[in-house]
Amino acid sequence: MNFKHKYLFLFPGLLVLIGILIFPVGFTVRLSMSSWDSFFPGLDYIGLENYFRLFQDDSRFWEAFGRLSFLSLTTVTLQYVLGFALALMVWKDIAFKRFFRVLFLIPMMTTPVIMTVIWKTFFHESLGPVNDFLNIFGWNPLWLSSEILSKVTVIIVEVWQWTPFMFLLLLAGLLSLPKEPYLAASIDGAGPYRTFIYVTFPLMAPISIGAIIIRLIEASKIMDTVYVLTSGGPGTATETSSFYIFIKGLREFQFGYSAALSFTYLIIMIISLTIIAKVLVRLMIRE
Amino acid sequence: MRKLYLTLKYLFIGLWSMFVVAPFLWALSTSFKDFNSVTGGATYIPWVDFEPSLEGWRVLLRSPAQGGVNIVEPYFNSIVVTCSASFISIFLGTLAAYALSRFTFKAGFIKNSDITFFFISQRIMPPIVLSIPFFIMLGKLGLLDSMVGLVMVYVVLLMPIAVWIMVDFFNKVPREIDETALIDGCNPYQAFYKVVLPNSVPGLIVAGMFCMIFGWTDFFFAFILTFTEVQLLPVAIVALNSSITPWWSLSASALVSVAPLIVVAFIVERYLSKGNLSGALK
Repeated sequence: MNFKHKYLFLFPGLLVLIGILIFPVGFTVRLSMSSWDSFFPGLDYIGLENYFRLFQDDSRFWEAFGRLSFLSLTTVTLQYVLGFALALMVWKDIAFKRFFRVLFLIPMMTTPVIMTVIWKTFFHESLGPVNDFLNIFGWNPLWLSSEILSKVTVIIVEVWQWTPFMFLLLLAGLLSLPKEPYLAASIDGAGPYRTFIYVTFPLMAPISIGAIIIRLIEASKIMDTVYVLTSGGPGTATETSSFYIFIKGLREFQFGYSAALSFTYLIIMIISLTIIAKVLVRLMIRE
Repeated sequence: MRKLYLTLKYLFIGLWSMFVVAPFLWALSTSFKDFNSVTGGATYIPWVDFEPSLEGWRVLLRSPAQGGVNIVEPYFNSIVVTCSASFISIFLGTLAAYALSRFTFKAGFIKNSDITFFFISQRIMPPIVLSIPFFIMLGKLGLLDSMVGLVMVYVVLLMPIAVWIMVDFFNKVPREIDETALIDGCNPYQAFYKVVLPNSVPGLIVAGMFCMIFGWTDFFFAFILTFTEVQLLPVAIVALNSSITPWWSLSASALVSVAPLIVVAFIVERYLSKGNLSGALK
């Protein structure tokens, strides 16, 4: 089908998007080549100096990026495994199926930043219920102020918040699977374990890849949770890229430098997400 | 063997349900505490463990002059901004998605799939990358701290989601439907509006749900682009978290903020059980 009217459908949305975004994106690139900060506000031109500084002297940015990779890969893997398990469990008939489906969706509906405030009181080291319970055994872990545990806390909160997203996408996928392959498998006498490995998992691979990529995109923007829960601390133990850019840009007002950080980050993300997508396709879809 | 599997399954579901519910129960219990019951250590059941107080809930309705936060106005702002941004995104996104699903576009090396990817790729940008230029841009336009400015920004955040879901959905609506309508004498707009759209209600509901969720739960842009005039709900609630953290009113406001989206969860589940949602997501 082809009309001369086809542009009337596409262009309103496309032009609005480009119209709103063209200034911010162009400005970020231009800003990254200036030394705009709180002392000398203004768009001067210093070439690629900010980028040299970033690649040569700023180990804190690369550490933050490493931490972000660790946190987002861990949380997304956990979310995928747990979300898939939960979707499989409420896929077929179990008691109170609809109740559990609604219940499992609810965390996604909450505002991350507000729920994180609740989680912060939940994990409070002397007044929270978690340590109140663990005190029975004489333990008093420092959930928010120890190097390793603060990362664990961030992971727990992220898994709670976003497993439902994975669960919803995978459950919708499971519900739309064709029936024939399962008939064939049961005629061949395959047990539930083999059915999963040879039928369900391959059929779900395209949906899984889509869900994982979208979650990785969202998880790499992790910011609210860290901001409220630990403010990047203790020290820099939970500082992620977004949070570091936030500190440089809106705390220290080094706008030029933070624009260079942002742009570099954006390029790295687009490249690594493309690579991850290719690797996942190769791993999960066998001929 | 089968018995063991079933036991493990229900054990897992039970544990996960507890994990999901735990923070809500804790917030519910905390919202009825006052300063003394919070600082006395963790307590759970009102009347047994501590003397309940309604202070946390009352603060939400009092005006700032009387030491409250008055959550009503931010609540209203949040609803207006989320709904208008979602509506605009879905309106424009659905049109674009229909075009991308039905017609072929070609300009040099750019094809339909590239345009779709361009829409989706807007989600890759972390809010922080856009926040500073948006701040400057809205400042120049005089739209800082206004609803119009926020809606503009949210349209950029939400339209990619609408396009992503609706392209998938329209691809699954058979083309014969539009072709029949055209043969019956509809023009392309009528075919879209009278025939294709009514067949796409489940897709629109899913797209609407995702837009609502992402709009309602955004904190970062609302935090940076507004100050006092237009406060959105998440910002108002987090602003409570000052020198002395008032756990009671924070908990109460958290519960209040979740309420409207629980309704959304039920709507989603209804469509999920009917099997309609499966058509909307790949």
